[in-house]
Formats: sequence, structure tokens, C-alpha cells
Amino acid sequence: MTSLIDVENLTLSFRTDEGLVTAVEDVSFSLKKGEVMGLVGESGSGKSVTAKALMQLNAGNAVYDPKSKITLHAEGREVDVLSLKKAAELKIVRGGAISMIFQEPMASFAPAITIGNQMVEQLLIHTDMTKAKAKEVSIEILDRVGISDPAKRFDQYVFELSGGMRQRAMIAMALSTNPKLLIADEPTTALDVTIQAQVIDLMKDLVNEFHMGIIFITHDLGVIAQTADKVCVMYLGRIVEEGPVREVIRNPKHPYTRGLIAALPRFDDLDAPLTPVPGDIPSPLERPTGCVFHTRCREIIGDVCKRDLPQHRWVDPTHRVACHLHAEKEAAR
Amino acid sequence: MSKETLISAKDLTVGYNIGKGFFDRTVLKAVNEVSIEIERGSFFGLVGESGSGKTTLGRALLKAAPITGGHAKFTDGQVTYDLATLSGDELKDYRKRAQLIFQDPYAALSPRMTVRDIIAEPLEVMGLTKTREETDARVREIAAKCRLNLEHLRRFPHAFSGGQRQRISIARALVSGPKFIVADESVAALDVSIQADVLNLLKQLQKDLGLTFLFISHDLSVVAHTCDHVAVMYLGRLVESAPTRQLFAAPRHPYTKALFSAIPSLDPDDRGRAQKLVGEIPSPLNQPSGCKFHTRCPNAIDKCRTTEPTLENPGDGHAVSCHRWRELLEAEITA
Repeated sequence: MTSLIDVENLTLSFRTDEGLVTAVEDVSFSLKKGEVMGLVGESGSGKSVTAKALMQLNAGNAVYDPKSKITLHAEGREVDVLSLKKAAELKIVRGGAISMIFQEPMASFAPAITIGNQMVEQLLIHTDMTKAKAKEVSIEILDRVGISDPAKRFDQYVFELSGGMRQRAMIAMALSTNPKLLIADEPTTALDVTIQAQVIDLMKDLVNEFHMGIIFITHDLGVIAQTADKVCVMYLGRIVEEGPVREVIRNPKHPYTRGLIAALPRFDDLDAPLTPVPGDIPSPLERPTGCVFHTRCREIIGDVCKRDLPQHRWVDPTHRVACHLHAEKEAAR
Repeated sequence: MSKETLISAKDLTVGYNIGKGFFDRTVLKAVNEVSIEIERGSFFGLVGESGSGKTTLGRALLKAAPITGGHAKFTDGQVTYDLATLSGDELKDYRKRAQLIFQDPYAALSPRMTVRDIIAEPLEVMGLTKTREETDARVREIAAKCRLNLEHLRRFPHAFSGGQRQRISIARALVSGPKFIVADESVAALDVSIQADVLNLLKQLQKDLGLTFLFISHDLSVVAHTCDHVAVMYLGRLVESAPTRQLFAAPRHPYTKALFSAIPSLDPDDRGRAQKLVGEIPSPLNQPSGCKFHTRCPNAIDKCRTTEPTLENPGDGHAVSCHRWRELLEAEITA
């Protein structure tokens, strides 16, 4: 399979009154066509900022480090995303090759424009369809995502739909331009479990049908286990572990990943104590030296964690981890 | 532990008059004839989708939503109140004994007050302390129990992370020395790594201070780990109620079963789709006839469409409101 998007050394900070705040540091990954990648981490770990960088959607005070490089391979050409400047150029990534679904569908639709008009508007911008054709396509895709009576919904406003329906409409809108990459930022977090299950099933079907790449951002490892092929775990702006979803969940290598899994309440053992990851995520203004996770790590080995930034090591050809524990093991071998 | 009842609700109904005009007496029943008993010192879980009435029930028990039918009794060993007919003075006293922890710690704390002032406010409003020294002492005591230090008390909420803010909310709820706490989705807004920490704290406080919790949540795995008893609500009705282990080992209502199967499994090889619910919870204004759940139930028969089941308690403490639960249970055993 060929690569769809390559992110190399993405480093991104925000200019604020308190100085430059690093949000994402040295993040690299690549996604193939038709692959679903999960991006997991706590709030403040930089997962949304990373995803937004792919479309240059971060706020105006974002500063990209010159080493950062994002290459999109779409329609037989390579696009250097970070070199795009004008709105007209950015159309290639924004709504063109990449679409995004947000967490709060109520906040993402315009409240005073019908759902149909919003869908048609973006089709008119991104394709050369006529208005009538755009309407036809929109109704078709509303039907495809499981919205009953799509012709009627087309003329309704968001407030008239329930939470689950809104999220479906959001997905329909994101898919109507036929994107190569779909970024889903916590698409099921605001939904009930029953509706979440429906939306997850829908997204699985759509991957098979449209064969696009998906970046699935969530803090719920259960959702990742159900949807993703591979997963990147982020902490304080850095990827600490990356690997196939089975490997990372069954055989986590980084103490943070292990902590996240241990913190989940399990059904198979109701007596198991809940083990939180100790402490709180540090403020981005006070980034720890050395390994960013050392202030909360249960498996800290000593000064090396506080002093040196651990480099990524491949524990097998598809699974990498940035932790001194594994450097030690390697050295011992 | 003594098996005394703290809260006992019988056919509790919360109705809102939403009629347009004088003669239109349309009533929206957010909670419909619910009977529950909460034992003193227990952790009582309430689950259901949004729109099931779980928050409204919690609020009614705090006397923050109008009780329009049925009774609810509160007995903590010192006083006994009938919540439906509290007088003004009784209500003031009840506020000291029953408190609420909110869902969103980012919205629940005033950004312009220091943490000390936030925690002290209930004491001042309720007139529980006489002097500033007394207030400070009480604030420090409860803050320490919620693992906040003196340094924290001088700061404003914006300086804190989600988990710390929720600990501040908890301290504020506990400062008046209540016995009954309604925790409404109190960990839903937190990251998993922090969620476990707050749950452990709530359990610890329950033991140390002899609290009784009504724990409202849509997250069944959290409820399974913290609660002693769980009640499941659907469209204002109680559909199932049982001790946690019993409920999770053998759910009897098709809705409860569907809720369980909807939880995403952590096993990447278990991507099954069995028993997923179709559709969404109906509008409370346009309630289905018969069993409220029949529109989404995989096991519905004609009787379910016409006759509403009653909550039956077969004597093992595992109550369920379904016409077919015995039949379905037998089918499961033989299968």
C-alpha cells in the first residue's frame, strides 16, 4: 500500500503572553491509504493540534518549526502542506483531500442555515457540480449514513435533530466531498454508548466502502480497539509509543500506555482496584526536562529519565517506543 | 454495616407542565412512578441514556426538581423528612444534609473566586460557622480530605487541571457535612487516567465520612466498579434494579443487555456487532404505548406494544420490568 500522508518532525508552538508554549514536539508518523490510525492521549497531549496541523487549522499564533514537514500524496501528486499559504491553495487540504469531523456536532453546524444548504455550499466550493446535482448527492449521502427520511432532513436545521443524527449528518457532510483522509476528533465522546456503538459501526462500514485513511482521535482505548489498525499514544506533545492496535493494547511497552490501560475499569474483574496514573499532566508552560513523562512515571529508572530525552526504539518492525527502560534492555543484550 | 434506608422513594413522579394556554394541561413526565430505596452508606448507581430521566430523579431527591406525584422519605437517624412536602425551614436544613457534585468541573467553579472562597461559600450561606477562623479551619480540614493543600486554597480555579478542579467541587459539596451526595456524571468529563483517581477518592470519602452516594453515570464500567447497587432507567421509568454483581452477571432486561453489549471492548479481536440497539430514545412528549422500550427491543411481542409491564421483584432483590424476562432467561439457559 502506498503512503497517504507523511508527517515528519512536526514541532509546533503557540505564541502567548507567557512566551512560546510547545504543543507538539518532534512528531512523525505516516498513514497509508485505507488505514485507520488511532491517536490517543489525555487532554493537553497535543492530539487535536497534531490533527489540525494536517489542514493548517491551528490558530494564527501557531508557529511551525522549520524542520516540520507534512507531505500529502493525493491524486498522483505530492503536496507540501505546510508550504501552502493562501486560502485558495489550502482548499486542496481543507475540505478537498482531507475532511474533519468534530466532537460537538451542535457547535460545528451553523445554527441558522439548513443542513442541506451547508452541505450544498461545500460541494459547490470543492466540486464543479450544479446546485441540483449537489442536492441530489447530499440527500444520497444522508441516506447512506443512516438518516431516515433524508429529503426532509435536508431542509431542517441542526437543532431539530438528536445528538446521534447530528453526528451522522456531520459524517455525511465530511464524506460528500469524497476525501482521501478523514480526521475524526472525538466523534463519539458526546454520544450515549448505544449511539456510539451505532456510529462506530457506521464508520467501520464507511472505511471498507470509501477506502479512505482515517485518523481517529479519542481518549477511549475501547473505541480505538474497536476501530483502529494502528495506534499512536501521545503525551505532552510527543508520541511515546506507536504500533499495531493489538500489540499496543495487549503488549504495551511504554509506562504511560500501561498506565492508561490499567486505569480503565474492566468488566472481567470487578474487584480489581482502579489504578490511576499518579499526578496530573504538567502545564505546557512547565515542560519537564528529559523524558516528558518522568514526573508521573511509576517505572522511573533514575536520573537518566530526568536528564535525557529518550529516543524512539523499534521493539519490532512495526512497534516503537520512546522510553529509557527499553534502551537499558537493548544495552543489556 | 447497618441495612437502614436513607432515601426511600415510592412512585416518585416529576412532571413539567408544558401546555400552551390555560386549558392545555399537557404534562411532560421526566420521571414516571419510580420507586427506589437507597441504603445508608451505600453507593447507589443510576444508569441510562440521555433523556432517561436519571438526572431529574437525582435532582428531585435533592428537592431541586418539583415532585408532582408519589413520596420520597429521607431518614438519616436524626431527622425524617417527606421530600414532597418540605417546609421552608426544613428545606434549609435538608440542604446541609444533601448535596450535589456536578459533571463539568470547568463550569461549576466561579473563575473569580479563590478556591478557599469557593469551598467556604456554603458555610457562609448556610450560617454554619460563626467566625472567620472557624470557617478557615473547616475549609482546611475538608480540603485536606480531598487532597488539596494550603497552597492550592489561595489560587483561582484556572490554575488547576480537570482532576484537581473536580476535587475542589467535591470539597465544596462536603463542607457542610452532608450525609447524602448526588454525583451527577462526576467523572464523565475527566480523562481516564484521572477518572480512576477521583473514583478512588469518592470511595475513600464515603468510608471516612459515612456518606451515601447516588452515582449517576452513563458509563457502565465505572458504575460496575464503584456501586453496590444499580438501577437502570429508560424514558422516565425504572426498568431494572439489582445489586451490582447480580446485574452485571445476569442482566434481565433487554435494554440493560443492549447497554452492556454497546460498550466498546478493549479486545481488538472482539469486534462483534451482536445485539446493537437500533434507533434512539423516543421523545418523552410522544411516548410509545405499552412497554416504553418496545420500539427498540429485539424481543418485543404484541403484548409489549399494548400493555405496560410493572416492576416485579422475584424475591432475590433483582427487580425487572419486562413481560418476557422469565421466558428469555429460560431460553438463555437452554441455549
